[in-house]
Amino acid sequence: MLAETAAAVRGRPPLGPEPLEPVPHRVVGCRKETDDVTTLSLESLSGATPTFAPGQFNMLTAYGVGEAAISVSSSRREAGALRHTVRDVGPVSAALCRARLGDVVGVRGPFGKSWGVGEADLATGDVVVVAGGIGLAPLRGAIDELVHRPDADGGRVFVLTGARDPSQLIFGDDLEAWGRAGAVVAVTVDTAPRGWTGHVGLVTSLLGGIDCDPGTTTALICGPEIMMRFTAKALVDRGIDPRRIKLSMERNMQCGLGWCGHCQLGPYLLCRDGPVLPYGGDVARLMTERER
Amino acid sequence: MRTGGTATIDRHGLDLLIAALAEAGFDTKGPVVREGAIMPGAIRTSADLPVGVRDAQGPGHYRLEHSGDDRLFDWAVGPGSWNAEFFPPSQELWRSTSTGDITSHARPGPGSTRPLAIVGARPCELAALAVLDRVLLDGAVTDPDYAARRADAFVMVAECGTPAATCFCTSMGTGPAATGGFDLALTELDGGGQRYVVRVGSDRGAAFLEGVPHAGAVPTDLTARDRRLASAAAAIVRTVNSDRVAGLLADSIDHPHWDEIAERCLACGNCTMVCPTCFCSDVSDTTDLTGEVRRDRTWSSCFDLDHSYLHGGSVRVSVSSRYRQWLTHKLSTWWDQFDTSGCVGCGRCVAWCPVGIDLTEEVAVITADDGRAGPASGPLPATESESVSESGSAGGTP
Ligand SMILES: Cc1cc2nc3c(=O)[nH]c(=O)nc-3n(C[C@H](O)[C@H](O)[C@H](O)COP(=O)(O)OP(=O)(O)OC[C@H]3O[C@@H](n4cnc5c(N)ncnc54)[C@H](O)[C@@H]3O)c2cc1C
Ligand code: SF4
Ligand code: SF4
Ligand code: FES
Repeated sequence: MLAETAAAVRGRPPLGPEPLEPVPHRVVGCRKETDDVTTLSLESLSGATPTFAPGQFNMLTAYGVGEAAISVSSSRREAGALRHTVRDVGPVSAALCRARLGDVVGVRGPFGKSWGVGEADLATGDVVVVAGGIGLAPLRGAIDELVHRPDADGGRVFVLTGARDPSQLIFGDDLEAWGRAGAVVAVTVDTAPRGWTGHVGLVTSLLGGIDCDPGTTTALICGPEIMMRFTAKALVDRGIDPRRIKLSMERNMQCGLGWCGHCQLGPYLLCRDGPVLPYGGDVARLMTERER
Repeated sequence: MRTGGTATIDRHGLDLLIAALAEAGFDTKGPVVREGAIMPGAIRTSADLPVGVRDAQGPGHYRLEHSGDDRLFDWAVGPGSWNAEFFPPSQELWRSTSTGDITSHARPGPGSTRPLAIVGARPCELAALAVLDRVLLDGAVTDPDYAARRADAFVMVAECGTPAATCFCTSMGTGPAATGGFDLALTELDGGGQRYVVRVGSDRGAAFLEGVPHAGAVPTDLTARDRRLASAAAAIVRTVNSDRVAGLLADSIDHPHWDEIAERCLACGNCTMVCPTCFCSDVSDTTDLTGEVRRDRTWSSCFDLDHSYLHGGSVRVSVSSRYRQWLTHKLSTWWDQFDTSGCVGCGRCVAWCPVGIDLTEEVAVITADDGRAGPASGPLPATESESVSESGSAGGTP
């Protein structure tokens, strides 16, 4: 028995893949959305594209610089490359925005909970989508599927999006296409240059202009935390069930695997339990507690 | 001999056991005295263990004393714990192979190919490893290096006969007896006889025990063991009401006492560095002049401002919010995240806090004025052991 034990301890089982090692992807498309926002289309060098659900994110590696959590901005209706829309705010995001066609970027994921598009509670009924700035990126794939719901039973899609000024608006083509596909699309800017004929004001100010049916409405919100809080409150005031208001929450993320502890928001590990969480329940409270 | 069986060995038997483990290919480690503290280290014989050493601990206080006897396990815990053997403070994950191709990676893997044999881990330390297992093994993705180090490690636990004034394992259900997670459990019997009751926790443990001179444990041996553990439990002065503390803390996010603690707390992060369950880490990439890229994973602390950094600033700026994050995580939100307590009651954070902040006391204050049947924790009125251990200077940084 002792000899067997000794033999057994000497041979370790082979290691599985290293979960913190990214899969190399080639940049097959770059599109400048604004002066500091770029959309990268990525294709795995091995050819295998992982399946994802809108609202999930990947950890993107700019080799030698670092990793950042970036939402998938493609739609599952689009074939081929995986899209990510990145705003240059620091070293990693800047390096990603500098990537050129043919460059190699690392991808780990997808991680986290999605918006739930394609699941039963979003199959029918009205859907109000509210996005602030780059917050439209994780919603892009969701909206694209929602406006093409096969059997929505009269359910409508409202897309409300805002940016600091018109030059910061992203996905103009998509907004038009969603409008053509039947969505109610409204755009606002915080400050407008001369010649802007659209709406001016915070994105919450667009809520008054829509006639969604509170009884059937699900809301999907992504943007700065304060914007999400005010939007969610306004929607609750209109009679929408807080559990049907979904937010994409953000905290520092270093792993995506539930190992690094950085993405905690009270009881949640946002990379695992989020980033999409219902406003109803304890998120509404967590958002009002200082420095959570 | 089977799992659950008992025997006794003497000091010579213990030495033979350590030798047999080394012979079988294990890297034998145990608690050793290093730089004035008991720390994990390499051992070849039982003489390398903290022979005749006691530890005097209190808030902000840790000191070793020499008793002159030849007992091996009459101390509680030092600043270092076995978690670092399985989840190292700094770990290279991969690097680009030097061909200049950043997409082709080499991995150092779990390091030593020799499995670890621990001689003399504490029951609360095994409980802490079980907590880390929940995080690194039981989630959707398993940490392969941790799993490899953990899989074949041999664990001999030394049950506690002499707790420190900082211990509260009895509150957390983690000591002074070991309940599982070991191959062999040792209890050092009273007196100078150098005899140990051994309980078998695995087939592997039984095989090693059978290979060394041992005797059956007679009823008086087992009573002596029980007496020793009962007196250890009775000597523990600190408490946390582990049944209620999670809920009470969750309801105390706005308590003014967090700000009061922040006036004392230096946000040094010592508590997180000595805690055997803390798992927070940073993942960072670097590149050298040759263009070689590598990724490392390094322990980090929720007391660092950067821990909660988001573009535009950190979420938890005030010391108050960072201390609250640490304490509520340990005792409350850990349950939500991993269905276990994040605190095993080892008392390290109490002893190694340079300003002597005592988690059990802070919990008692925060949960006291809640009106629901008294405080959820706190030190009992000072006993002799505590007043002795509290004399002396602060321990300093481990
Ligand atoms: C679930 C999720 C989805 C995201 N989706 C997108 C997206 O689609 N497009 C986009 O442009 N940005 C997105 N972000 C934000 C993006 O991750 C940060 O802007 C990015 O990490 C900044 O890194 P940096 O090195 O460029 O800048 P720095 O600000 O210098 O960041 C340094 C480090 O801090 C951390 N960090 C800083 N800001 C954030 C942040 N906002 N969130 C998480 N960690 C942060 C990272 O660990 C980063 O490596 C998302 C964040 C999360 C949590
Ligand atoms: S919180 Fe303190 S007492 Fe609890 S396990 Fe960590 S170091 Fe030990
Ligand atoms: S060890 Fe003490 S002073 Fe340092 S961060 Fe922890 S509680 Fe604060
Ligand atoms: S990002 Fe590391 S635990 Fe969530």
